[in-house]
Amino acid sequence: MTPPTSWKRVLQKIDDHRWLLPQDYKQGMRVPGLIFASEEMMDAIGQDQAIEQVANVAFLPGIVKYSMAMPDIHWGYGFPIGGVAAMRADDGVVSPGGVGFDINCGTRVLRTNLTEDEVRPKIKELMDQIFRDIPSGVGGHGQIIASGGEIDDILGTGARWALQNGYAWPEDVESIEGGGALPGADPSAVSRKAKDRGSPQLGTIGSGNHFLEVQAIDEIYRPADARVMGIESPGQVMVFIHCGSRGLGHQVCQDYLDVMEGASGRYGIELPDKQLACAPIKSPEGRAYLGAMTAAANFAFCNRQLITHWTREVFRRIFARDPRDDLGMFLVYDVAHNIAKMEQHRVNGHEMLLCVHRKGATRAFPPGHHDVPARYQDIGQPVLVPGDMGRYSYIAVGTTQAMAETWGSACHGAGRIRSRHEAKRVLKGVDVAGRLAEQGIYVRAQSRALLAEEASEAYKDVAQVIDVLDQAGITHKVCRMHPIGVVKG
Amino acid sequence: MAELFVNAALGMFSLMVTLETVAAREHRTIRCEARDREGLLVAWLSELLYYVDAEELLFSRFTVQSLSSTQISAGAFGEPIDRSRHDLHFGVKAVTRHMLRLAETADGYEARILFDI
Repeated sequence: MTPPTSWKRVLQKIDDHRWLLPQDYKQGMRVPGLIFASEEMMDAIGQDQAIEQVANVAFLPGIVKYSMAMPDIHWGYGFPIGGVAAMRADDGVVSPGGVGFDINCGTRVLRTNLTEDEVRPKIKELMDQIFRDIPSGVGGHGQIIASGGEIDDILGTGARWALQNGYAWPEDVESIEGGGALPGADPSAVSRKAKDRGSPQLGTIGSGNHFLEVQAIDEIYRPADARVMGIESPGQVMVFIHCGSRGLGHQVCQDYLDVMEGASGRYGIELPDKQLACAPIKSPEGRAYLGAMTAAANFAFCNRQLITHWTREVFRRIFARDPRDDLGMFLVYDVAHNIAKMEQHRVNGHEMLLCVHRKGATRAFPPGHHDVPARYQDIGQPVLVPGDMGRYSYIAVGTTQAMAETWGSACHGAGRIRSRHEAKRVLKGVDVAGRLAEQGIYVRAQSRALLAEEASEAYKDVAQVIDVLDQAGITHKVCRMHPIGVVKG
Repeated sequence: MAELFVNAALGMFSLMVTLETVAAREHRTIRCEARDREGLLVAWLSELLYYVDAEELLFSRFTVQSLSSTQISAGAFGEPIDRSRHDLHFGVKAVTRHMLRLAETADGYEARILFDI
């Protein structure tokens, strides 16, 4: 179907940050769409098929309230990236397209006691060592290769496996969504092929938009909340990690897309787009996918934990100081942004079990929620929002408003405005690494071509994204960081 | 059609590496099945990706032994990834069915495949 020339004629503006896609936009929508964006952003969002995808997701059986999209929405596989959709456990469906290929792609942030002034003189040495010890890009296996038995343990226990094997501090697992080990993982639902692809890749960053950045705090908006996270003042150095479940998760997605394609037909589910292939949550296919997807999510938590371990070891070596006692490299938080989870939410005044799909959306639970770690009970769950490598990233916290309106979900990043191809064309002949160096950002990447595709020109300004959610009351921004060292694929 | 499958594989690997830097020293036999021709193309490319992750191999030459609309048997030739020698670009996460098209034109077969990278 050709999209309307102007989405603004279709969408109803609710307020400065919310747009309603009426349920009668397309016959078959079970709920309306709700998009969080400013008027200015809406022009860019309407350029591709993302809003059409919001409408398509509204067709899925069991969907509750709205098919939602965050301000970093862009065109994805079936579901838009930046999409949030919750389905009733009783009669709803689960869809691999609502999670994405990179299951539990997510972010984690470490604090340090170091200042920008202390780190800058050693930034080259530091990033070069990280680039050597924590592989990124094509190939490059991690420092440990999991055996057959170990991989099943990792799929079952996630970051807790790392703790048992000396790659984590006890406090780490407390600061990971779901304690770094989500219940319901079923390693036997993960194919041999997926396990083979993941085994050599533990402790690797991967390619595309994944990264490890050394950053410095530049603005603090909520000092009391920041202090709870161990963030004291501007100039404090942080480590921001963005990656997922590597080939293991990609293979799980691929395997179950095939399963779901058959299942959709068998269960008589009519779909406006084949890529939304799904199965009832309670069906054998739905349960198998949820078990495999959860196992892949645990693998990703373990992967980010191993990257953390080797990052701490690099800091130990370069600064000749103990990462724990001297450098205070504690984990602020680790959160998924490609996942489907069974969660309890209030719907029309009643508690209900829902399968919340967050595809390019970060969980943002409020203060007082039982799934928020004890030390964040008063401020809400940290929401980690990376920007592009030439600008800045944010830490925010979840709110009661998010719980009521978005199933406790927020944005996950800046969101692309230029395709990879377009970004390369615009930046033809530009020395991206050189330009970043002039800005005081030292970058190591396997591929120079990738740098153009990941440059600031390819992304929305993440400040606009986070401000929409801040003003809508979905998150409260706590602080902003700028990169000083970057490792890319 | 065999030529299209070979060219699709070459296209995918050219996203990851400059093909001229990859010697055809090792060989793997690839066999795949699918419900239809489009599905077979996705399955074939996905199977090749498996070897990139699981065995850290890159391929630069392909020969198709047999091909129908639901099954392919082919040889893939390449070598283990060597970061010092291979001109690497970026990883391909997955072969998607997003906007997938396989059509016969006046000049032969034509396919459009979108990769998740």
